[in-house]
Amino acid sequence: MSLDQTPGGIGTDDLVLNDRVKTPMYEDPALFNEEMEKIFGKVWVWVGHTSEVPDKGSFKLSYVGLQPVIISRDRKGEIHVLVNRCRHRAATVCEIKKGKTSSFQCPYHGWGYALNGELRAIPYTEGYNTDFDKKDFGLKQLKVGIFEGMIFASYNMDVEPLEDFLGNAKPWIKLFMKQGGGYPVKTLGEHQFKVPMNWKIQLENTTDAYHFPIVHKSFLQSLDGEATETFSFMDDDDGYVEDLGNGHSVMVMMPEFIDLDNDDGAPIPERFAELAEDLRKDYDEAQVRRLVRAVGGCGFNLNLFPNAACSLSFFRILRPVSVHETEIRHIAIGMDGGPAAANQMRMRIHEHFQGPMGFGSPDDAEIWERVQRGSAGGGEDIDVMVNRGLGLEKTSDNGLPVGDISAETGMRSAYKMWKKVMEQ
Amino acid sequence: MKDFPAQTDVNLAVVTEFLWMEADLLDAKEYVEWLQLWTATGHYVIPVEKEGDDFANCLNIAYDNALMRDMRVKRLQGGFSISAAPPAESVRTVSRIVIDSVEGSLITVRAAQHVMEDKFGRQRSFAMNVTWKLEQTEEGLKIRDKIIRLLNSDGMLTSISYLF
Repeated sequence: MSLDQTPGGIGTDDLVLNDRVKTPMYEDPALFNEEMEKIFGKVWVWVGHTSEVPDKGSFKLSYVGLQPVIISRDRKGEIHVLVNRCRHRAATVCEIKKGKTSSFQCPYHGWGYALNGELRAIPYTEGYNTDFDKKDFGLKQLKVGIFEGMIFASYNMDVEPLEDFLGNAKPWIKLFMKQGGGYPVKTLGEHQFKVPMNWKIQLENTTDAYHFPIVHKSFLQSLDGEATETFSFMDDDDGYVEDLGNGHSVMVMMPEFIDLDNDDGAPIPERFAELAEDLRKDYDEAQVRRLVRAVGGCGFNLNLFPNAACSLSFFRILRPVSVHETEIRHIAIGMDGGPAAANQMRMRIHEHFQGPMGFGSPDDAEIWERVQRGSAGGGEDIDVMVNRGLGLEKTSDNGLPVGDISAETGMRSAYKMWKKVMEQ
Repeated sequence: MKDFPAQTDVNLAVVTEFLWMEADLLDAKEYVEWLQLWTATGHYVIPVEKEGDDFANCLNIAYDNALMRDMRVKRLQGGFSISAAPPAESVRTVSRIVIDSVEGSLITVRAAQHVMEDKFGRQRSFAMNVTWKLEQTEEGLKIRDKIIRLLNSDGMLTSISYLF
């Protein structure tokens, strides 16, 4: 089925205009199915982080679109992304969320698979003809790409190289990983919650600074004066949103925290004073300052089409479940082998805003649900506007639009890519 | 220890009455009164991980000392949080109460709790095992720690705009 003839009869040109998108984008189940096939079934999709499968034999369950997958690290240390589905009669071969194993065995008829997905053993082989070849029945493999520890997978074996797909986002990913403060970045745990909304409502939100002082007022009220100043980006004039191409974008809220290695010499904020004092027992002053800056996190949200974001100090991952339901993961990150006090503070900062009971996320979730509720019925004559900043944008060195901090430039970038991929 | 009417006065009826009073305050969202039930030390914890109790070194759903509890209550009642103004309404049941241990003035109690919430005409339910560390004080029982282990703490939750 081509999108030129969706069941609703609306083509991509009519669904996505530069300044607006049509309400069926949030509402049309047929369109959702098309997205699963053409976007999540083809492009690079974020599945995990290498620190989640640290050792030979480590595995972690994840998803690509609607399909459950297993990230596994084989005996040679190579990472695989395998469809979690026995090749015999489709049962999942693993239902443990993470751990270590030497193989995956289907509980239905006992087919056993190696960590690299190869079918190793089946009971009662005599029931199959001699032309049955185990080589033909390994777990379905996805193409795997890893950049700076982030694991991506694609169903499309001919997909463009991951580095080409990430393109202009790559330097921002490298900057984001400086939160290791000199240590490798590792995941510290995650919050997970589902929201009755279309996945693109979340995709938009990561590049939406405009909502922050409104939706997150109660979070801002809980900060001390210095921290409130850090989050005053809507009132400052140095933030911006830049289209990075391929649907990716970056929203820079605090330019002073783009490169955490650039110590601006500013005094250590009061809220980090106790941590700094603790770190001084083991580190010299330059290292203390580097670690404290790393704990505070980056000053930008990097939105990666279609399902991931490097957001200030954590990974925000979305998973479409149905046209009206999306699962969100907020994965905390920290310093692998770094000081416990620094990782503790990162987790406390994460808990403060993120997750089902954070001071920020529940308000986001409420708004996203309200967007979906407001879109009910399709609203054919009312559109979803993403025109903020149009006509005011400048051009970046990459030749792409840059808007001010509250411009909807990142959303337009994502929808441009959506249209391109859906038309292929 | 001698100052407290310890052990001999600890019985299921007294503890149950206290836990039900707390549950009643929470369903009524009388959070300022609820804060008065706490000692100054200790934590309100909702862990993510199902095992272990080194909460400080783990990511939790909530890990609130007295300051964070205070700020959380301010947020829920300040009127500026769209998810909490208005919040979901809740009805909870605390049952299967077991006194695990009494050590000096510290009583460890655990119970099952079910919470139903209603908002936007949809209802959601939560099941959890809760452990309280209760201090016997001259003013009666106080909560030192409350550890709420949601049945699906490491699974896919939904946002929560009130207190368990």
